[in-house]
Amino acid sequence: MEHYTMNLKLKVWKQKNTSSKGSFETFEVKDISSEMSFLEMFDVLNEKLINEGKEPIAFDHDCREGICGMCSMYINGRPHGPWHGTTTCQLHMRAFKDGDTIVVEPWRANAFPVIKDLMVDRGAFDRIIQAGGYISVNTGNAVDGNAIPIEKEKADSSFAAAACIGCGACVAACKNSSAMLFVSAKISHLALLPQGDPERKTRALNMLAQMDTEGFGSCTNTGACEAVCPKEISISYIARANAEFTLAALTSDK
Amino acid sequence: MLNSKIPAGPLEQKWTNYKGHCKLVNPANKRKLEIIVVGTGLAGASAAASLGEMGYKVKTFCFQDSPRRAHSIAAQGGINAAKNYQNDGDSVYRLFYDTIKGGDYRSREANVHRLSEVSANIIDQCVAQGVPFAREYGGLLSNRSFGGVQVQRTFYAAGQTGQQLLIGAYQALERQIALGTVEMFSRHEMLDVVVIDGKARGIIVRDLVTGKLERHFGHAVLLCSGGYGNVFYLSTNAMGSNVTAAWKAHKKGAFFGNPCYTQIHPTCIPVTGDHQSKLTLMSESLRNDGRIWVPKKQNDNRKANEIPEDERDYYLERRYPAFGNLVPRDVASRAAKERCDAGYGVGSSRQAVFLDYKEAIQRYGKIECSKHGNHNPSAEEIRHHGMEVVKEKYGNLFDMYEKITGENPYNVPMRIYPAVHYTMGGLWVDYELMTSVQGLYALGEANFSDHGANRLGASALMQGLADGYFVIPYTVGNYLADEIRTPEIPTSHPAFEEAEKAVAERISNLMNIKGSQTVESFHKRLGKIMWDKCGMARNAEGLKQAIEEIKSLREEFWKNLRIPGDINEMNPELDKANRVADFLELGELMCKDALLREESCGGHFREEYQTPEGEALRNDDRFMFVAAWEFKNGNNWDLHKEELKYDEVKPTQRSYK
Ligand SMILES: Cc1cc2nc3c(=O)[nH]c(=O)nc-3n(C[C@H](O)[C@H](O)[C@H](O)COP(=O)(O)OP(=O)(O)OC[C@H]3O[C@@H](n4cnc5c(N)ncnc54)[C@H](O)[C@@H]3O)c2cc1C
Ligand code: FES
Repeated sequence: MEHYTMNLKLKVWKQKNTSSKGSFETFEVKDISSEMSFLEMFDVLNEKLINEGKEPIAFDHDCREGICGMCSMYINGRPHGPWHGTTTCQLHMRAFKDGDTIVVEPWRANAFPVIKDLMVDRGAFDRIIQAGGYISVNTGNAVDGNAIPIEKEKADSSFAAAACIGCGACVAACKNSSAMLFVSAKISHLALLPQGDPERKTRALNMLAQMDTEGFGSCTNTGACEAVCPKEISISYIARANAEFTLAALTSDK
Repeated sequence: MLNSKIPAGPLEQKWTNYKGHCKLVNPANKRKLEIIVVGTGLAGASAAASLGEMGYKVKTFCFQDSPRRAHSIAAQGGINAAKNYQNDGDSVYRLFYDTIKGGDYRSREANVHRLSEVSANIIDQCVAQGVPFAREYGGLLSNRSFGGVQVQRTFYAAGQTGQQLLIGAYQALERQIALGTVEMFSRHEMLDVVVIDGKARGIIVRDLVTGKLERHFGHAVLLCSGGYGNVFYLSTNAMGSNVTAAWKAHKKGAFFGNPCYTQIHPTCIPVTGDHQSKLTLMSESLRNDGRIWVPKKQNDNRKANEIPEDERDYYLERRYPAFGNLVPRDVASRAAKERCDAGYGVGSSRQAVFLDYKEAIQRYGKIECSKHGNHNPSAEEIRHHGMEVVKEKYGNLFDMYEKITGENPYNVPMRIYPAVHYTMGGLWVDYELMTSVQGLYALGEANFSDHGANRLGASALMQGLADGYFVIPYTVGNYLADEIRTPEIPTSHPAFEEAEKAVAERISNLMNIKGSQTVESFHKRLGKIMWDKCGMARNAEGLKQAIEEIKSLREEFWKNLRIPGDINEMNPELDKANRVADFLELGELMCKDALLREESCGGHFREEYQTPEGEALRNDDRFMFVAAWEFKNGNNWDLHKEELKYDEVKPTQRSYK
């Protein structure tokens, strides 16, 4: 790997709080190493801003390993930036070259209000899980782990859906701000397992209803979500969840 | 003064007896009892969900935007349980024994035995919740091996085990939130414990969005706030991981146990430069199949693939033939440091060794080919199938490595180096997980309890969930049974008033320093002192220097810190300053503790105390105790010793040869 350094121009969304109006501001950073992560580049910028007596840019992050789902930057028109299957924190500066201008915005969706600068409130996702994204089993109620053999293929497919990190990139990418990829991943994760079977109908109905209540749009199958998902969750789960929903709606006596 | 409250009776009966005799709270009374849970990692989420299910009124806090993002999410490799599904001789006793030995005979037998007993229930519980563990073609659960043991008892979900376990606990928690038994406060940071008449009765938290301080009452307070590895600045922990909750408890009377016991993990991606903000772990599970080596020649500049087989030194296999690449973490880390210090390191910094998958790809490739009936496969076919297997087992880790380094680990060996990973030390707790403050508990990585001087891989997840699902539901009841007559204490009580005032004062003091240096710069400097002098190898001279250096850094911090922005708004710099201020006090105590312990054990390696072969040399006559530090004032602490007694296992010089 050849390493290099670069100077960049950044156009970043600044917004004091939820109720204020935001706008873009332009910043410059120098001598950024291609080995840095994107967030480390932001660290450099923030250190510089503080040293100049200015306010740093607020952004969400925690694990910086692509697994907690906290980081959430909309970079050059794409959630999490140019690399496929990658979170913002795992994006590295070798994706850019000297002289580039990079535009950075928060997730934009009515259901994700901006808290400050690049931070948004994703509490809606937790409330969707509260509506049914679980298996109702109290601690101490379990049978032996091997008492329920599960076909490897189903277990693997369930796992692939469960890999969702709840970052919200799918919503940010969707022109309708639909949360369908997130919701369908959870519905599928649980419906594919025998343990999840008893509640599958109510789960699908309630989670989808909550998604509407939260103000997410409906899915028109554009596929934008799948293209940007850092965990490469397949859009086929949306079809699966729709089938669950239809079945539930037809047979539910509620 | 220290009473560990270990139940009487034979080791394997202690927990059963305890459960049979502890006090219970009846359902009607549970509804009147409030419990505060700080933290939503494996320990906190499992505790909050279980206590909510039992009928207690629970309030839960985390500083992230959602409970699902607690640092436990990042655990990769797996979780141990004594299921013996592999029929390879595992048992509760063997897991107990391995953990005691792995901890270098510095943990409590009774706690570790209980942990081993409940380990099997954890797997059952998680499966029932829908945790998609890896499975075999027959549909049954799969296992892998982990360092320091000779059986396969580790359950996993690819390289995302922590994520899947946490999502399971998080879903259980969200279910209780929906049912109204648990109230959740995200983006809230606990900044003090409120103690009334010697009992923990609540906490002061800061709403990180508005900056407002809040008071919360509880009949008991559970700290599940994780480890303090970030005192080293660079570690594998998440950026926000901190010691603040535990430290505040410490200053309100909770003893701090074995603060110097730090785990340095052998397989992490090496540092690339000053910009580095954190280090990334490459799961220990990679040592199952990967082979670790350095060139036999010093300062060898050739590329890895150009170095022929007979010029490679597989130093772990050479030094420890019985365990090879699967020696415990402390041993593997020191061995890597030894090679690099001696001039055999690789990469541009020479602070790295190779972790090589070439042979594993070959081995798996051949097996796969014969499974497919291809008994005369070409080299390409072998490689193709081998890579498929490795991808299924470790794909996400390999991808992560490639994203960070730009190198493809299927083709060239990974470069790895040890990094700070886990803290065995933490708040001192008794058998019931209660700290030395009545009604104040510590669970998960935040306590010191089960791992002695070195934690074995895949056992932190086990401990966090054991504490939360299976231990605290009993032990907290034993305390709360006597609290049913205590009505809710209004938060206008003078103790709440005073605690909030102290927190507000400290925040305004921090904001008013108006100096010229950033929080980050202080944190980096502290980290460097800690890594150089209280890291993988320690000595008296260095530790004494470190203590002085930390003191003066702390003074400088309080004189010259600059925090932009305001108090009553979202202010991440202020959040960080609060945490770093506590790290600057903790660091000193860690060095003090390391200085006191004139022996080497587990992750604590004092250069003055080693065997002729360079292995850790314990001194059981003088140091077979838990060091529990009581905070007095300023930088004064009193030491309390909890003697460790081994009735079941005979402490010996640990050998992995
Ligand atoms: C990269 C990595 C990989 C690992 N892999 C493994 C593995 O394979 N197997 C294994 O057994 N172990 C592994 N470990 C160790 C294990 O993940 C941790 O020890 C364990 O998850 C800690 O869980 P916890 O619940 O104690 O704390 P955490 O998960 O750290 O949770 C802490 C919680 O406390 C909250 N909190 C902290 N301070 C405050 C405060 N002041 N106010 C409010 N809330 C607060 C946080 O918001 C968070 O919710 C790994 C660790 C790392 C770093
Ligand atoms: S910071 Fe955790 S996924 Fe990016």
